[in-house]
Amino acid sequence: MKHISLTIDGIEVITTPGRTILEAAAEAGIRIPTLCYDPRLEPYGSCRVCLVEVEGQGRGFLPACATPADEDMVVRTDTEKLRGIRRTIIELLLSDHPNDCMTCESAGNCELQDLAYEYGVRKPRFQGEQHHHEAIVDNPIIERDYNKCVLCGRCVRICREVQGVGVYDFANRGFEAVPGTPYNRPLTETPCEFCGQCVSTCPTGAIVSIPSKGKGRSWQVRKVRTTCAYCGCGCQIDLHVRDGRIVDVSSPLMVGPGEGNHCAKGRYGYGFVHHSDRLTTPLVRKEGELVPATWEEALGLVADRISKAVKEQGPDSVAFLASARCTNEENYLFQKLARAVVGTNNVDHCARL
Amino acid sequence: MARIETPADLEQYRLQLREKFGKYQYAVSVCGGTGCRAYDCINVFETLREIIDKKDMSHTVNLRLTGCQGFCEMGPLMFIHKNGIFYVRISPEAVERIVESSILGDEVVEELLYKSPADGRRIVHQQEIPFYNKQRRFLLAMNRDIDPLNIDDYIAKGGYGSLAWALFESSSEEIIDIIERAGLRGRGGAGFPTGRKWRIARQAPSPDGIKYVICNADEGDPGAYMDRSLLEGNPHQVIEGMTIGAYAIGASEGYVYVRHEYPLAVHHLLEALDQAREKGLLGKNILGSGLDFDIKVSVGGGAFVCGEETGLIASIEGKRGMPRPRPPYPANYGLWGRPTNINNVETWQNVPLILQMGADEYAKIGTEKSKGTKIFSLVGKINNTGLVEVPMGITLREIVYEIGGGIPRGKAFKAVQTGGPSGGCIPAHLLDIPVDFERLQEVGSMMGSGGMIVMDENTCMVDIARYFMEFLTHESCGKCVPCRLGTKRMLEILTKICDGQGTNENLEALESLAADIKASSLCALGGTSPNPVLTTLRYFRDEYEEHIVNKRCPAGICQALITLRIDPDTCTGCGACLKICPVEAISGEKKQPHSIDPEVCIRCKLCISRCPKEAIYTE
Repeated sequence: MKHISLTIDGIEVITTPGRTILEAAAEAGIRIPTLCYDPRLEPYGSCRVCLVEVEGQGRGFLPACATPADEDMVVRTDTEKLRGIRRTIIELLLSDHPNDCMTCESAGNCELQDLAYEYGVRKPRFQGEQHHHEAIVDNPIIERDYNKCVLCGRCVRICREVQGVGVYDFANRGFEAVPGTPYNRPLTETPCEFCGQCVSTCPTGAIVSIPSKGKGRSWQVRKVRTTCAYCGCGCQIDLHVRDGRIVDVSSPLMVGPGEGNHCAKGRYGYGFVHHSDRLTTPLVRKEGELVPATWEEALGLVADRISKAVKEQGPDSVAFLASARCTNEENYLFQKLARAVVGTNNVDHCARL
Repeated sequence: MARIETPADLEQYRLQLREKFGKYQYAVSVCGGTGCRAYDCINVFETLREIIDKKDMSHTVNLRLTGCQGFCEMGPLMFIHKNGIFYVRISPEAVERIVESSILGDEVVEELLYKSPADGRRIVHQQEIPFYNKQRRFLLAMNRDIDPLNIDDYIAKGGYGSLAWALFESSSEEIIDIIERAGLRGRGGAGFPTGRKWRIARQAPSPDGIKYVICNADEGDPGAYMDRSLLEGNPHQVIEGMTIGAYAIGASEGYVYVRHEYPLAVHHLLEALDQAREKGLLGKNILGSGLDFDIKVSVGGGAFVCGEETGLIASIEGKRGMPRPRPPYPANYGLWGRPTNINNVETWQNVPLILQMGADEYAKIGTEKSKGTKIFSLVGKINNTGLVEVPMGITLREIVYEIGGGIPRGKAFKAVQTGGPSGGCIPAHLLDIPVDFERLQEVGSMMGSGGMIVMDENTCMVDIARYFMEFLTHESCGKCVPCRLGTKRMLEILTKICDGQGTNENLEALESLAADIKASSLCALGGTSPNPVLTTLRYFRDEYEEHIVNKRCPAGICQALITLRIDPDTCTGCGACLKICPVEAISGEKKQPHSIDPEVCIRCKLCISRCPKEAIYTE
């Protein structure tokens, strides 16, 4: 494949055509700050935080997230001027922000907070009108507080580009612009599936998950990487564990088949883990009562019954019903057991999650 | 009338039309532009038609209701072709006399002639009026001579000849060469070379061969109406220009994006498109050349930001009108992902003109880098409000003082704003700069699409900056941070200064914000939004300082900073001010000098407008 070479901050970077300046820089270990960027989404270029200087380009400042890297480009990512622009942008955003990090659900997991920290913005130079939207709690899963919205459009875009649902878009313009649902209907009256993708991409605390609210900041939880058990896709998820209990679930960006995306079940379907109804051992029916048993006892009983049925009535007297929650490999082995070991083609699965 | 199948048919049809029009004994044009319509020109026109009908002369008088003829200050306007008599401010009652004296006879109705404010002289002919005689009306001249709802008028005047020549006597490449050699630059604001733009779109690969041309008629600058008037007055020249452009670029479909606030323009355009299609000048196999090209009209909601190319494209596609980062440029990736060429109305109208004149002849007009003419809408504190078409390189002074007739009531000129809200205010000492793309940019303003707002000594430059910032804050789409929040904060600072609450730190914050917004905004709307502030700071910094340090508004505009007083020596005690004051702040005995209670006064200045002795002043 053809390669292109460009200079970023004095370093010669070799990359493949089609990459953006941001991606090329990342490959070379140069981090350019961003806010409206999410690798799952098309470039948008609205926050202007990732502006870089490109020699010989019109006004000179281009968004690294949306500008393709080009042969012989000379890029600077961290000049005095750029730092000044970024500071101004952060100050502008904070001038219309509640700045309530003390109680904000997203503190520690907030890209705006990180930017203010990195650029040392304590108090914005500009004061003026601020928004005072009511927080929207119109369902048990997703809360929206647009006072914290930076209008990066990530919720709008992930819902449209990745989920193909398009629940959100912007209403009004200028200072009054705000994302929302059609006619500001509650999410429950839209096609929203409560996948929580908007929560996952929101860079601030404007969209948060209600079930995990107040249950632990990002530094208070231990993240346990696992494979989602809901279907055979094998999405990687991080269980957020605090005091031995799962308090939230997220999906690591660009890892595994989900690439950081997740569905409603993977994201919010963890309530069963600590539920009192959950079975923790196999149960065997004895004298009409289900009684806890060991796996050896339970599996032994199943094997005996199958063997007996096959012997007395032939292999087709037995049917195998698997689950869509198993992986492809598990389902493969399961049907192999049915066909090759038991000798029946009576294999099916529940076909739903 | 049947389709025109070949260029020869077109020429023959043109000759027939000229013969037909030649049979009329008289031709009269009444201006039907939106400005004159506000002066009830429709009534004038209908009265004229009734009289002509009553006299059974409809076959001898060719009566036209035309597009805007430019001199909006003086409407309704009427031009009589056989003797060149030009009447202004006509009332329906005056029409009968005009018919008798000047249409049937050759007499002049003195009091309906334009009166020179300089010496009171009455001027008979349009071309002798200073407003007109310094102009070079290559585009606007057609507005006077054709009925925009009748394609025959346009054809008789040579219309669609450039298209026929392009399709049959020239190649696509040659057309682009001609446009490039003529030096045509985009009239929408940035002044990008049109030929180069076309070439990029021509060379850009399309996934399925489809390319588009778009006419940007989303004119949004306050006080600007050049494009509206061209579209209303001569829609066919836009259609012809776009068809030539489509042929040069290889486009099969065109769009005119026009705002819904321009109902007359939309109506005339739709009618013109129908007539052009009927005649075979648009649609399949145009003039038998094999070229298929048609134009759709997309009516926008009137957002300023939809004049930006990528915002406009998003709007046509049915999305929220918001710009996106460039590159990719529309020439490579435009409407529905296809190569797309966008020019504004005036640019497209120049295209047939250039082919008709020839590139070399066209390039003789203007300056080294800015060729041709430019239409400005001359408004504000100026005697001759209207649309003016001037050669590039003319000085601002000539426009303001000779064409515009100077400032009303002998007031002093203070500044002229060019380039719309994102342009800049140019002060008096720069009045002698030539109007071209580079020079205007050097002084901190820009050509823009042609708005030109003149301000007199009674204009507060801080207040003006605040006004434009208010417009831009309102029109920001809200996508990028510097424009959405930056303009808002700038507006708040400016408001504070106008309210007498400003500090020196505010001024510093204003300047630093302006620089960062300019550098970092996503599109040109945001990028140029600080210009009114930057230019007023550059040329009128002392006014800002007066507001901040001495809490004074030197122009007497900012309400929080002025006090209204009555000069007791001039006041005759007539009581006019007392009667009109809405808050009863004025008191005084009859025939005795009155006085104003500053605690009660809301500084609405109604009293100033009412005082016959000019005894009331601000301080």
